[in-house]
Amino acid sequence: MSRPKMTSLYPEKTQRIYKLPELIIQQGHQIQEPKLQGPWIVKGKRARAESIDPVQDHPHEHTHGRPSPQARMGGSEGDTRSSDNQKDDIPVENYVAQRYIENPYLIGGRKFDLRVYVLVMSYIPLQAWLYRDGFARFSNTRFTLNSIDDQYVHLTNVAVQKTSPDYHPKKGCKWMLQRFRQYLASKHGPEAVETLFRDIDNIFVKSLQSVQKVIISDKHCFELYGYDILIDQDLKPWLLEVNASPSLTASSQEDYELKTCLLEDTLHVVDMEARLTGREKRVGGFDLMWNDGPVSREEGAPDLSGMGNFVTNTHLGCVNDRKKQLRELFCSLQVQKKASS
Amino acid sequence: MLQEESDLSLIIAQIVQKLKGSNLYSQLERQAWASLQRPEIKLESLKEDIKEFFKISGWEKKLQNAVYSELSVFPLPSHPAAPPEHLKEPLVYMRKAQGSWEKRILKSLNSMCTELSIPLARKRPVGEQKELLNKWNEMGTDEPDLSLFRPVYAPKDFLEVLINLRNPNYENGDSLSFRTHLGLIQVPLKVKDIPELKECFVELGLNIGQLGIDDSTQVPPELFENEHVRIGQKVLSEQDSAAAQQYIRQGSPTALRAELWALILNISSQPEDVLYYEQLKTNVIQHDLLVDSLIYKDVKLTASNDDYYFVFEDYLYQVLLCFSRDTSVLSHFAFNSASPPKSYIRGKLGLEEYAVFYPPNGVIPFHGFSMYVAPLCFLYHEPSKLYQIFREMYVRFFFRLHSISSHPSGIVSLCLLFETLLQTYLPQLFYHLREIGAQPLRISFKWMVRAFSGYLATDQLLLLWDRILGYNSLEILAVLAAAVFAFRAVNLMEVTSLAAAEAVLADLSTLKVMPLLQIFLFATVT
Repeated sequence: MSRPKMTSLYPEKTQRIYKLPELIIQQGHQIQEPKLQGPWIVKGKRARAESIDPVQDHPHEHTHGRPSPQARMGGSEGDTRSSDNQKDDIPVENYVAQRYIENPYLIGGRKFDLRVYVLVMSYIPLQAWLYRDGFARFSNTRFTLNSIDDQYVHLTNVAVQKTSPDYHPKKGCKWMLQRFRQYLASKHGPEAVETLFRDIDNIFVKSLQSVQKVIISDKHCFELYGYDILIDQDLKPWLLEVNASPSLTASSQEDYELKTCLLEDTLHVVDMEARLTGREKRVGGFDLMWNDGPVSREEGAPDLSGMGNFVTNTHLGCVNDRKKQLRELFCSLQVQKKASS
Repeated sequence: MLQEESDLSLIIAQIVQKLKGSNLYSQLERQAWASLQRPEIKLESLKEDIKEFFKISGWEKKLQNAVYSELSVFPLPSHPAAPPEHLKEPLVYMRKAQGSWEKRILKSLNSMCTELSIPLARKRPVGEQKELLNKWNEMGTDEPDLSLFRPVYAPKDFLEVLINLRNPNYENGDSLSFRTHLGLIQVPLKVKDIPELKECFVELGLNIGQLGIDDSTQVPPELFENEHVRIGQKVLSEQDSAAAQQYIRQGSPTALRAELWALILNISSQPEDVLYYEQLKTNVIQHDLLVDSLIYKDVKLTASNDDYYFVFEDYLYQVLLCFSRDTSVLSHFAFNSASPPKSYIRGKLGLEEYAVFYPPNGVIPFHGFSMYVAPLCFLYHEPSKLYQIFREMYVRFFFRLHSISSHPSGIVSLCLLFETLLQTYLPQLFYHLREIGAQPLRISFKWMVRAFSGYLATDQLLLLWDRILGYNSLEILAVLAAAVFAFRAVNLMEVTSLAAAEAVLADLSTLKVMPLLQIFLFATVT
């Protein structure tokens, strides 16, 4: 049995992530390494986390004989003894195991994560836009490490919460990012919040840069990603995952407005009508975050000397007066066009 | 001159009397004794030296804040011979109306009690106590069967009582004239008009910076915001209640709001306060009250279903259950026209020696009561501090929103102020709404009773409550209600039914409170 392949990206921003073939989990492979102690969370490759099983404590607890229910992943439920001919029958799916964050930031005793949208227009050179709005998704039940078997406590995706017996559709269990940002500011002060959001900006950029070389780059393609970010008690952000196809169904009126405006602005940035000049730093709710280099809030060339007051052009959780901005933008573009023709 | 002097000495005597029993007094005494060790205190000038010491060490400031707090809360004595009921409510007909309303509520509560055959109070068995203690931080996960409980009353029931309020000594005459009040409230109380309100709310004027207006993204922060924040920090470091109250009239920066409110309400978390809260918590665990189920039901119906406050569900239980056990709240009934309901130990009905106040704090929650606490959860995260702030806000302001009195901040005056403003400055709109059977008060009443909690966006609500604290009055609620109607006047003129009018005014979450108030007070042509 080969050792599990380790792919850890920028360890300080993400927890250690390991890609493990399913077989290993089914057999409850004995993993001795002390670095792998502690609770883990294992995810299948289906897009929207419909079945995520948090695994209690040390994986090696489930070694002997039959694997425990938590470790079982789906796939065939037959005999789990490994033998060469049986190996062929069991489909090998790849799973990702992430270290579980034991000290998440709690609001009202509940765990939550942040969903943020990033639009990538091209990878080489890297051009990424950040949408100002997003939301915090709350778990319906109160957080405690004791109830690790209760998948409803830990998993905050609405897709999973919808099946929880506690779930009332009217509740929505979501906070818009503006509300979340204000709450944090009144609790920790504006500077701490600035630092947190700067760290979150770093997550976006680093994660995109790390796949820049391997992902298919096509100038005529664009992709809208849903980033899931978890904040821990020290106000440090962790990247949970990046969804290539984020859910666009709405769970409430506010949610509906956010997602329709998101889609509208995505199409504005894609600019099929060729109205934009290509030098815009903001289109509706999208701010240009990275354009083959950091984009500064100030006018003029970015300060790359590393010193000075470089502030990135991101406004996550800030006021989103997109209608007004779009009106002004398209008016001025029309004027420019008339002037040049 | 002589009258004022004797009034002043009466007030001083009363405040000294009140403070003598407080914790601050014993602390000051201790400090004075301890200061005798200091070298700068000399025997010859003992009094002046100790006073000087108090000034430098900040204790004088604390005393100042306590005095200021007393002045803000307790109404000034009008006449030394006035009986205590006059302090509660000087007008007889109002007292009578409040008394009969209370009888109705109590009857409703008692009948629910007998119907469901649940005792008003019972001691919890030990097993249940342990369970509740374990679950204290997550009571929201409990799903008791509350289907048989109904709220004791809802705001609209209360509105009906207010509509039927009449002064028996007041004869209006049958002929209609331009002076006739077209609204629902028909009692002759004095309310302010716009020129008087302009004087009262002078800090909300057009040429004075405001948070909620002059901190928007288009305005560069150097113009107002930075300086305002700097002043706020200075006020906090000086720990001066009166200065904080003056400062907050222009709004409070988000980061400073929690501390500023605590300073204005004169709340400082002493170990005794934490202990007191823990004691209340023990009371909750040991005894179960019928009102607990009412509280549960209210939280589940209102705050848990709110898009923003559902997160704080657990805190709401922790605060409200303890609040209903807090007998120190009973002291506010001295200046509240309401009186705490009495209940009798089983079998001893009518015997005064066996009477207890029920619930222990004398306040029966109604539908929407938990919304008074929900916005505070945004600012305070430690349960005992949150509890103290809420209790102080209740005994200073919120009680006036559901008791019948003639006080200018009482709900009756607020309703009359709202209707008068609307009739005087938007007569066409008022007349139109009245013709289609949509009396404006029927729509705005619920906003005012809840102090707009749950109707406005949270940041706007907090800006509004800043001003309530700053002006120590609830009149701004009526002004805002009128301003909202003025803002949506065009749409409202086109509706043809009460339901349509309600639909136009259903969603207030996008409104910006300060610009509305400013325009209505200072920029409308009068």
